[in-house]
Amino acid sequence: MFRKAAIPQTGDQASSEASSQSIETNEQKLWQEKQIEAEKGLVNGQLSIFLRRYVPWALLFIGLVVIPALYYIGLITLGTVNMLGRYMAFAIVAVGLDLIWGYTGILSLCQSFFFALGGYAMGMYLAHHGGPEGIVDANNWKIPACLYVVYPYKVGEAPGDALVPWFWKPFYTLPVTLILGLLIPGIAALAIGYFGFKSRVRGVYFAILTQAITVAGWLVFCMNNMKLCGTNGLTRFDRIAGFQLTTPHVKVSLYIVTLLALVGVYVLCKQVVKSRLGRILVAIRDDETTLRFSGYKPYIYKLFAFSLAGMIAGLGGMLYAPQMGIFTPTNMEASASILVVVWVAVGGRGALSGAILGTLAVNLLYNFFTSEKNLLLFTWRTEYWQFILGGLFIGVVLLFPGGLIDLWHRLVGKAK
Amino acid sequence: MNQAQRIAEYKEYSPRDSRFTEERYLLFLEDITAVFDGFKALDIEALGIEYNELRVIIGPNGAGKTTLCDVVSGKTRPTTGSVFYDGADITQQTEAEIALRGIGRKFQTPTVFDSLTTYENMELALPGHYRLWSNLFGGTTKAQRERIMEILERVGLADELHREAKYLSHGQRQWLAISTLILSDPKLLLVDEPAAGLTDAETALTAELLLELKEDHTLIVIEHDMDFVRQLDSFVTVLNEGVIMAEGMMHEVQQNEGVIEAYLGR
Repeated sequence: MFRKAAIPQTGDQASSEASSQSIETNEQKLWQEKQIEAEKGLVNGQLSIFLRRYVPWALLFIGLVVIPALYYIGLITLGTVNMLGRYMAFAIVAVGLDLIWGYTGILSLCQSFFFALGGYAMGMYLAHHGGPEGIVDANNWKIPACLYVVYPYKVGEAPGDALVPWFWKPFYTLPVTLILGLLIPGIAALAIGYFGFKSRVRGVYFAILTQAITVAGWLVFCMNNMKLCGTNGLTRFDRIAGFQLTTPHVKVSLYIVTLLALVGVYVLCKQVVKSRLGRILVAIRDDETTLRFSGYKPYIYKLFAFSLAGMIAGLGGMLYAPQMGIFTPTNMEASASILVVVWVAVGGRGALSGAILGTLAVNLLYNFFTSEKNLLLFTWRTEYWQFILGGLFIGVVLLFPGGLIDLWHRLVGKAK
Repeated sequence: MNQAQRIAEYKEYSPRDSRFTEERYLLFLEDITAVFDGFKALDIEALGIEYNELRVIIGPNGAGKTTLCDVVSGKTRPTTGSVFYDGADITQQTEAEIALRGIGRKFQTPTVFDSLTTYENMELALPGHYRLWSNLFGGTTKAQRERIMEILERVGLADELHREAKYLSHGQRQWLAISTLILSDPKLLLVDEPAAGLTDAETALTAELLLELKEDHTLIVIEHDMDFVRQLDSFVTVLNEGVIMAEGMMHEVQQNEGVIEAYLGR
């Protein structure tokens, strides 16, 4: 899947024609051989082809069949399945960031904002159908329990002026929520991107701009009088499409849905980067100015990639909310956006599978190192995780710029 | 013919004031000045490039040659004056709009996309693929692929088809930049120092290619290398300190006192 996809089909015929031409000098020949050597990995020949072809399928099989099976025979807990599901929702966001950062070269620090927009959409749907039952406002709308944070009443009291705000109402049905959860981040990205790219804000300035937007968004979502439940966030989730969120089958189903969504997003992005448009995105990363002189309008392609990445982040948020059971403004903090960048950097930017790998690896490490452990000489504390994260990021940037996926490529070789 | 007479002739056929129904110039610059921080980089009263002409622009460093290209291709907006292309005023248009009108440019340093292969670089230069959706879903036709291979074989890059451009040598990158320009088939080609860093044999091939292109394209070639300019054997404009100093065939401008003083003699 990795290797096969990367070979441009269009040039194959042409290349065979070209290879008939002889190589002029010995030096050139040696150099070319050296190049080809570099493309090979530690494992060569049939084994390399076998690994490249079947490892992705094997991983998919483990994700879809083995992990649920392990849960049902009792070897792993429901919490582990749920945790993996949440990490896969993060991986979806990371694939989106890889598209805009790894391929197009635009560092976006508002992926967590788009993630939260999707998450809030789903959260509002879940809050609508959450507990406690029976409290209705003057217009006969059930008031979500978490909204009581913003009303000066106790949960259960429903005087005439405690109304469900108008912008909560579209999120009552699941199909509308799913559409809005994609559209709202998409449109937000379109708006941010339009003003940013059209006025040629580039590089670190765009990163700062997007980070500022994330912080502004976080402040807005934290305000009580925005009627988005303030810093408490959306809580008291109960049912999704009529199913109890707490039941094991629903949790496993959500995990599988998230995994399938991740595969879908991966395939979609892979198609995008394989197309001519994907090459234009890489050209933007390399040299935007030259592209402009070839008659392309780079901002249109940047807008496309940025909006797509925004929608993908929104999808991630929508899948994360029901699995987490709560959605608070913490998810859209500036640091959350930077975390996405770390995942992609650790996994290897410019390779979609790297983004997934990096997300899962960093989050599993997080999970391991944030539990308190009694070692021989000292007690491992949760806070120490930050040092590991920082060290990991610096280490990867300095020592393995290609990220984890590069190690895989070194093992089995890389498609030319 | 001295420069004042030449300018008078240009103005007579200017697209703005032309008393003739027939257009004579594909590109016409009128009263162009480009001022950067009070420094006048360019001050051209009138300059016309005829259809299917190969015009060579020479001049010492800092003469404003590249600025001239920047003004035509939309990278720099002139402080005053207008640029007419094919009868239309393109002074205020963006780089992409100008490129779509058929002005292609090769930069001084060979600008190719490093992470893309030779073939992919060529593919991006194919004309008529500027819409988002056609790039997402469209492929290349057999004719287009054959055209790419034809050009690449001509310049000896066919062996490097699937090599990323960052691994190409300087000369190969120069060729690739020229190849993409040829492939995009613009009406007017701005070629900034095509022979820089090339061997003599490669330079000769460049000259041959450019002369071939002249058949159905208009070219502006900026060059330092006098041997190369002689090989092109075309009408030459000499720029010095942003002003057109002399114009004529190479052997004519070589006689010009001012030109010898400023450039050629030393």
